[in-house]
Amino acid sequence: MQFDPIYMLTEVIPQLLWGKTFWSTPIVITLTLTILSCVIGNLLALPVAVARVSPNPLLWMPAYLYILVMRGTPLLVQFFLIYYGVRAAIMGLPGMRETWLFPYLRDAYWWAVFALSINTAGYTAEILRGAIQAVPYGEIEAGKAFGMNKMQIFWRITLPRAIRICLPTMTGETILLLKATVLASTITVYEILGWANYIKQQTFRVYDTLIAAALLYVILVFILTRILYWLERRLNRDRLQPPPGAGRPDPALAGATGPA
Amino acid sequence: MGADQSYAVLMSWGDRGWLDEFVWGLLFTLELAIGGYLVGFALGLLGAGAKLSGRKWLVRVGDSYTTIVRAVPELILLLLIYYTGTSTLKAVLVGLGLAGEDLEISAPAAAIAALGFIAGAYITEVLRGAILAVPKGQLEAARAYGMPFLLRFRRILFPQMLRYATAGLGNIWLNVTKESALVAVLGAAPELLTAGKTAAGATKMFFFFYSVTAGFFLLLTVTSMIGLYFLERRLNRGVRRAV
Repeated sequence: MQFDPIYMLTEVIPQLLWGKTFWSTPIVITLTLTILSCVIGNLLALPVAVARVSPNPLLWMPAYLYILVMRGTPLLVQFFLIYYGVRAAIMGLPGMRETWLFPYLRDAYWWAVFALSINTAGYTAEILRGAIQAVPYGEIEAGKAFGMNKMQIFWRITLPRAIRICLPTMTGETILLLKATVLASTITVYEILGWANYIKQQTFRVYDTLIAAALLYVILVFILTRILYWLERRLNRDRLQPPPGAGRPDPALAGATGPA
Repeated sequence: MGADQSYAVLMSWGDRGWLDEFVWGLLFTLELAIGGYLVGFALGLLGAGAKLSGRKWLVRVGDSYTTIVRAVPELILLLLIYYTGTSTLKAVLVGLGLAGEDLEISAPAAAIAALGFIAGAYITEVLRGAILAVPKGQLEAARAYGMPFLLRFRRILFPQMLRYATAGLGNIWLNVTKESALVAVLGAAPELLTAGKTAAGATKMFFFFYSVTAGFFLLLTVTSMIGLYFLERRLNRGVRRAV
């Protein structure tokens, strides 16, 4: 067994980049898994985080338990529990075969999206909770002074401010999500690692296939990091531009120059 | 036989139930996690030392180690190190004269090495930050007293660095316990998830047994979290907090 870079570049990597159809291409599956679960996960995280900071035990306790279970058990166990446990139970329900949902339920891909979404929702909710609690109270008081009601304060002040506070952490979480998509290969989804494993079994070439997959992830992580940094800078645009004529901030004036 | 009773039988100790398999699995998971963590800690100290050494090639080695490990998904790294690591490690050990040609590296040992290699990159970053947080003047004072490097490290740097690093190191410990579940994909050791897979496969009760597996992992996490809380409190004794 040895590593042959030429074989890897000419035989393995093209198979990972060009599939039979666009949607069955390994790299496309990896990317859509990441994007879909990122969007769904973040949408799910919002109500969980709001429930988590609520003073009502009927709200914060379930949210706390959800976050604890999602963060406290391995993602691989969650994948197995959902795919082999929940999927079988739901597909075994009477009349399930006739519904329009059945083709989706049979497809491991959608279960991978589901598992990744609810998992990342747990992590993101915890990040959001910290950010919501870090919003300076003075800003909320200012909202009250303007006569805003609770909803207005939340949507106009707390949430936008919290999202800005946790952007760097969210960037890291999205990278982790991209890396976590490899676990979909364990439930028969042919994303990058899944297909690399398939080639490995066909050709008995261990190193070429695994290193090809590793290389693609390094490139994907690099590109995604760049995109997210760009997004981060864009969302914080107003705060990155130094005020006109400002040189090095004078420590003596700190706090007197408006919002930092 | 009621449902409760059958679950009780399934989770009983001995030939008819699976409790013993799960408990041994839990112990094996602990073994993998502790082993991997210790290997990772050693690599982390070396890595942080290399990154802070100021020597160009050492810094570069340290940087590529942490960058690559953090960019490649853990499962791929685990598979790669598991397949290549055994032969490489054997060659190194035999080459250094530490072992004979007949050395056999066991599957769990290879899995521990792989987990440690991954954890090491994250520990490197945490320790690097913690070392930088120790006031420089104290190390200079120790040097002025004529303390040799190891004594400075043991008396001044290490105890203080550990305090700054506890939160990060605790998170990595929680991650290693969870990553050890990936060993089930290799089939290298009878750890918790492997026990769950065996039980679920034999009884076809997938939902039940994977829930039990998750429960055992949760037990491990919650116990660790409580332990870490007290550890952090002890290491921070005598330190005033701002808030």
